[in-house]
Amino acid sequence: MLSAAVSILFDGLAYAMILFIIAVGLSITMGLLNFVNLAHGVFAMAGGYATVTMMRAWEVPFLAALPIAFVVVGAASIVFERLLYAPLYRRSELDQVLMTIGFVFMAIAAFTYFWGPNPLGIEVPRYLKGQVDLGLREFPAYRLFMIAVGFGMILALWLVFERTLLGARIRAAVDNRRMAQSLGIDVGRLFTLTFAVGGGLAAVGGGLAVELIGLRPIFAIQYLVLFLIVVAVGGLGSIWGAFLAALLLGIIDTAGKYVWPAGGGFFIYAITVAALLIKPEGLYGKRD
Amino acid sequence: MQLGHALAVGVLAVALAAGAEAKSVKIGIVATFSGNGAEFGQQIERGYELYRKLHSNEIAPHTVEIIKRDSKRPDGAEAKNAVQELITRDKVDVLAGFVFSPDAMSSAPLVTQAKVPMIIMNAGTAWIPKLSPYIARVSFSMWQSGYVMGEYAAATMKHKTAIIGITDYPPGKDSAEAFKRGFEAKGGQVVDTIPMGGPAEVPDFTPFFQRVKDAKPNAFYVFVPAGNHAAAVAKTYANLGMRAAGIDLIGPGDITPDNNLQEMGEAAVGMTVVHHYSADYDTPENKAFVKAWKEAYGANSTPDFMGVQGYDGMAAIFSAIKKLDGNMDGDKVMEVLKSWKFASPRGPIAINPETRDIIQNEYVHKIVKDGARLKVSVVGKVDQVKDQCVELKVGRCGQ
Amino acid sequence: MASAIEPAAAAVPRLGRARWHWAEALPWLVLAAVPFVLPGYLALGCQVIVMILFALSLDLILGYAGIITLGHAALFGTGAYAAGMLSAHLGWNEPITGLVVAGAAAAAVGFVSGWFLLRYHGLALLMLTLATAILLQELANTLAPYTGGYDGLLGIAIDPIFGRFANDLFRQNYYVYGLIVLFAAFMVARRIVASPFGQSLVGIRENVKRMHAIGAPVHGRLVAIYTIAAAMAGVAGGLFAQIHAFVTLQVMGFQLSGAVLIVVVLGGAGRLYGAFIGAAIYVILEDQLAKLSPEFWEFGVGLVLVATVMFARRGLLGIAEDLTAWLGRRAP
Repeated sequence: MLSAAVSILFDGLAYAMILFIIAVGLSITMGLLNFVNLAHGVFAMAGGYATVTMMRAWEVPFLAALPIAFVVVGAASIVFERLLYAPLYRRSELDQVLMTIGFVFMAIAAFTYFWGPNPLGIEVPRYLKGQVDLGLREFPAYRLFMIAVGFGMILALWLVFERTLLGARIRAAVDNRRMAQSLGIDVGRLFTLTFAVGGGLAAVGGGLAVELIGLRPIFAIQYLVLFLIVVAVGGLGSIWGAFLAALLLGIIDTAGKYVWPAGGGFFIYAITVAALLIKPEGLYGKRD
Repeated sequence: MQLGHALAVGVLAVALAAGAEAKSVKIGIVATFSGNGAEFGQQIERGYELYRKLHSNEIAPHTVEIIKRDSKRPDGAEAKNAVQELITRDKVDVLAGFVFSPDAMSSAPLVTQAKVPMIIMNAGTAWIPKLSPYIARVSFSMWQSGYVMGEYAAATMKHKTAIIGITDYPPGKDSAEAFKRGFEAKGGQVVDTIPMGGPAEVPDFTPFFQRVKDAKPNAFYVFVPAGNHAAAVAKTYANLGMRAAGIDLIGPGDITPDNNLQEMGEAAVGMTVVHHYSADYDTPENKAFVKAWKEAYGANSTPDFMGVQGYDGMAAIFSAIKKLDGNMDGDKVMEVLKSWKFASPRGPIAINPETRDIIQNEYVHKIVKDGARLKVSVVGKVDQVKDQCVELKVGRCGQ
Repeated sequence: MASAIEPAAAAVPRLGRARWHWAEALPWLVLAAVPFVLPGYLALGCQVIVMILFALSLDLILGYAGIITLGHAALFGTGAYAAGMLSAHLGWNEPITGLVVAGAAAAAVGFVSGWFLLRYHGLALLMLTLATAILLQELANTLAPYTGGYDGLLGIAIDPIFGRFANDLFRQNYYVYGLIVLFAAFMVARRIVASPFGQSLVGIRENVKRMHAIGAPVHGRLVAIYTIAAAMAGVAGGLFAQIHAFVTLQVMGFQLSGAVLIVVVLGGAGRLYGAFIGAAIYVILEDQLAKLSPEFWEFGVGLVLVATVMFARRGLLGIAEDLTAWLGRRAP
């Protein structure tokens, strides 16, 4: 009984980390930039394809491919942001939704054109395969790795946002853009940087996810709903919100599947409805 | 005297040949070329285009014109619209393709009404051919692999207990029912059946597999769609150390698709599956087929069961063209198809004249390591398997 | 904040008096001419009509009441399954009553879900409608023995309309049937939009605080229009089920909800006729692009979407209005 509970907790935690790592970038951009970017999944997918290509074509080791994907996709998202998204900042949410959905369609067709429709996978390094004995029981190595990366990421993000000047500036710009501008903070530049980091994080998440859920050009739209749920339940612009929402959803989804497999996707969506009915602004969101 | 005889025959032959007109046979292909399942549409297309390229001189002076339609979403409605247009506007002689079962199911009434033969190159739900007398299936029925795997697991692998894990949609349910019947027919006992999420997003399989690991059956029969689901299954199985725990991973060949096999890595070694095709078969027909495939599509590409189904489907159509000299009357085409036999890369196949479904060999595959790459080793075979669902009259198949 | 849903100020005066402007006859003439001019395209025509009806229902709540939903397909799907199961399981094959049942079932679902969900707005409402739709879809899958699940509901056999007009291979009778249903639904929509009730919806959309301040029953009004729109969406779904004699889980899917949203904005929200233009363009565009490139047609659709948002913010009818206004100014 206890063993089953430990299993569920661990599995749920690992699944939650994937959700968190990909969705946190979306939470940041939606909260800080007030921009509904449904093309966020494209950045995650791009990270996946970048990782796969690097490992297959140039034999880049897995642990090196991830940070490179972060940089490459992050840089690419700057171009996107400047050229295509910046004109939309003042537009309505509906405009942003539709424009970014249009991008998703174009991206899916483009990725299909260049990489083909076949699912792609990677061979992770030997030390990330199989199981690791942690005393009371064995745990799959790759999921331990993901949990480590997830915790590392939230720690890093927390440090940046709460303990650095840059983080303080970003928080100021979120709370009151005009005031921040009047204090001389270059809000436009901050936004671009934030967007790039969000995109880069999504790319890392995408690269990590390949081993678990594979990679296909329709990834961007297939998992979009999951990322949106994490962001909405967690609250826009909150890293802790995204983390807790991912934990909540991941663990309950896993527990549900273990206890009642026939329930399928029921648990995640039921939790979403319940959470939003009670707290529509999300766990850590701002009430408007 | 003999010369005169020969001359007369020669003149007669020329006169007959001059009377025959070259026909352009129109084939409408409805398959998933975009979105979910695009990779299947691509493989099927590669298969039928390869056959057409290699054998187009055999039907001379007739030619084949192919009209491709994407069935877009797996809702059956798009396929039905495409079929309606292909029949009424493009006036096709034959329809083929049909990756997902809903596409075939929704189109059945139309082909019956219009008397246009429909050749199914994938859709595997057992009772589909019953929906119209104009349907012939060259691909497979989910029951063929499931039932044989069940029998093999109990009789040859000597497993006493099994748990079934399936993706929660009709092909999964078909496969589960088939395995259960076969397994229990040979003395095994199915302890539990676990639905494992839907066919669209790949779920985290760990909680389902953990449940199975806790229950400790001898065998774990899994059906999931080919592609990302299959890869995730193999990896989760390995990550949880289930082989060491004494649980054998078995299933239909959908979980070890040739296209993804190498990606699945070490995790797949030791799996036993039952299927009707693998690119590794060591027969002259298959070796020639794989060679031609790689020449046409690149050394890194490999045919899989979808590819061979497309190939064989086109072979069936060509045989009808040859037999009927290009006069593709719907009823006559069905008569030809019902008696069709073919030496396919997957072995000898035939269409069952009573059910219009495929009769083929089922092979037991064991995944082994051959140097650096994974290979399919054939360790068993059942000849000329008919769809057991209809044979045993299970549920809808019996109506 | 600039919006794709602008107050339909130009449109309201035309529709507001319930008096018909001459230009309104055009879309109906075009639709009526199709069986004569393009008889081979009636199947496509049926698709367009179903989408117009569905988009009309969304325009009522999105364009007029300002409710943004990503789950509208749940209502369409409820109607489709209701009409489908009525025939397949209960053997009730009369088409017109089938549509009534479809509309009623969808209205019921719309009323209950709307009552709970319409207290929310913004992203929360968006996600709530989406999650609710997915839950309904999961329910339909769980009830697979009744709904047919992923593989679809078979056994739908609709009787000929009035005993004479059957669903033939060329879809001629069903095109006319659909057109009549569309006309009837449109009359209802037009009436609502022109009424004080319709005006109050626009008020809620524009300034909900003020509406509360003047004592308008905001929640009640929103639930009312949501229920009416749900009924209309349900009728569209029922029509779909009858035309295709086949229903799968996709009728409740996220992609369909997204598609109808695109259609409404493409044509121009808050203008009723925007649904006509948007649906025609979207359905025909998708059809033609898919024939051109079965593998990559989505790129074209995405491009049109991006271009529309960047250059035609108020949809195509918005452009038409700008054009007529510009031409009007040029005349002395």
